[in-house]
Amino acid sequence: MSALIRSMPLLAALLALVLFPQFGSEYYVGLVSRILIVALFALSLDLLIGYTGLVSFGHAAFYGIGGYALAIAFQDASVIPLWQALPLSLAAAAFAALVIGWISIRTSGVYFIMLTLAMAQMFFYFFFESPRYGGDDGIFLFLKPVLMVGSEDILKLDQENNFYYFALSCLVASYLLLLMILRAPFGKVIKAIKANEHRVRALGYSTSGYKLVSFVIAGTLAGLAGFLEGVHSGYINPSYMSWHESGICIAIVVLGGMGTLYGPIVGAFIIILLQNFLPELTEHWQLLFGGIIIAVVLFLPRGATSLYPHLRELIRRPQRGEREPQEAADD
Amino acid sequence: MIDSVLRTVRLNKSFGGLIATNNVTLEFERGQVHAIIGPNGAGKTTLINLLSGDLLPDDGEILFNGRNITNLPPNKISQLGIGRSYQKTNIFAEFSCYENCWVAAQSRLNTSMRFFRSAHQLKAVVERTERALELCGLSSRRDSKASAMSYGEQRQLEIGMMLATEPELLLLDEPLAGMGSEESLQVIELLRRLAADHTLILIEHDMDAVFSIAQRLTVMVNGRILETGSIERIRSSQAVQEAYLGVGEDAV
Repeated sequence: MSALIRSMPLLAALLALVLFPQFGSEYYVGLVSRILIVALFALSLDLLIGYTGLVSFGHAAFYGIGGYALAIAFQDASVIPLWQALPLSLAAAAFAALVIGWISIRTSGVYFIMLTLAMAQMFFYFFFESPRYGGDDGIFLFLKPVLMVGSEDILKLDQENNFYYFALSCLVASYLLLLMILRAPFGKVIKAIKANEHRVRALGYSTSGYKLVSFVIAGTLAGLAGFLEGVHSGYINPSYMSWHESGICIAIVVLGGMGTLYGPIVGAFIIILLQNFLPELTEHWQLLFGGIIIAVVLFLPRGATSLYPHLRELIRRPQRGEREPQEAADD
Repeated sequence: MIDSVLRTVRLNKSFGGLIATNNVTLEFERGQVHAIIGPNGAGKTTLINLLSGDLLPDDGEILFNGRNITNLPPNKISQLGIGRSYQKTNIFAEFSCYENCWVAAQSRLNTSMRFFRSAHQLKAVVERTERALELCGLSSRRDSKASAMSYGEQRQLEIGMMLATEPELLLLDEPLAGMGSEESLQVIELLRRLAADHTLILIEHDMDAVFSIAQRLTVMVNGRILETGSIERIRSSQAVQEAYLGVGEDAV
């Protein structure tokens, strides 16, 4: 019962997102689609930063690989079957994450940050300097994937509303997948690794295996986000993988609230909407943007979503006689 | 021929110029409480760290139930049945007391690479967690955040986590350090109960506690074993009195 009440805000937000295309114009549906993609990208990074304690500064590599796998395999195709393109993108991102992860998890702290950054930049320059894959211009995709059963098209992603619901389903499915994983034995171990890896090893766990699996899951979901972005924009170029993308993704996770699954989603809404609307106010919008980020970090060090429990507390406080027992560790 | 659980053979470890473990050959008999005492800096904790795999020896051998475990990592050593508690509290500060023991108890699954069912449906792990909480006396504090508990309680939790891995041999690094006298008595009582069906290797400065629990003593000084044997033998040892108990002939 209390679980239901606690998830009310989430369900309300989901309902609003489901109904949104009925009211929003095509421009705004497109904008929110973009936010959903970025939210998925940030959500995948949160598994590393917020739950496993791995600050990856190269997460954009998997985002880009998800997009490039689609573009390279299907740039000349006359039709893009969704059930071929999607698994291909996921597999490519997963494989890259396995390799990069296998190398980087041997280090920790600043060295891990540097190593993931360096490897993502290697991918960036590989695509930037390869004429075969369009160099810095990237690859255009003139078709969108379709879901076919027999010769019947069931779902065409070239319609904005169809794409919107597809992206939303991917985000919700990933959210539920991570929720499940985090409650399973695997999730207990990675959270413990974040808290105190040395102790986890002393308790008998081989921690590197758990870190690697977490890295691969996160990379695969980032690949899914990159796939969606490639489909949505019809265009993939090296900037998908640049360290700016990785950096903004970290900012979104931290700003929204790391270690919660809804934090990165809220963070994505805040950042993309600011990026979208601040330029209308002033041409010095970057200054304002920076100021807002600083303010959130200073006053809400646990992210924008940490405001919510504060507000609830404020509303409830007057009717409360005694102190509540301390809450157990976050789920 | 004694039935030894753990044996070290000419174990050496140095840090730069400091020889922390100097040619240590020791035998720990099954079912006994074996205390290691010595002044600060004698190398007691280093020895425990070598036994638990937290440090690798420069040379020498460690045999557990006849098996060479010298260069195994801490997780493998833990899985073989050697549990340890740390001198400096080493817990998951942001987790509840229950979750701390849970992570320890879950380590005895064949694998925790399980992604689908909720962890808390695993009956065996629930039981192990409950048992560990009860043994270390923290059942009533199960939902408290570890960092919000008193220092003594954190020390108890440290022991609880070790017990949740159901080890055969316990390495206890100053379990009583920083505890109030009430808590101390509780833990001594717990150690005595554990001694009934475990082998304990105990580092402790509280001599009353040591003499009341231990059957065998080893005295270390400067990384070296000064003397090892029964309590009577250590009490009457001239070398020990001079080097450690140090108060001259009229002591004891």
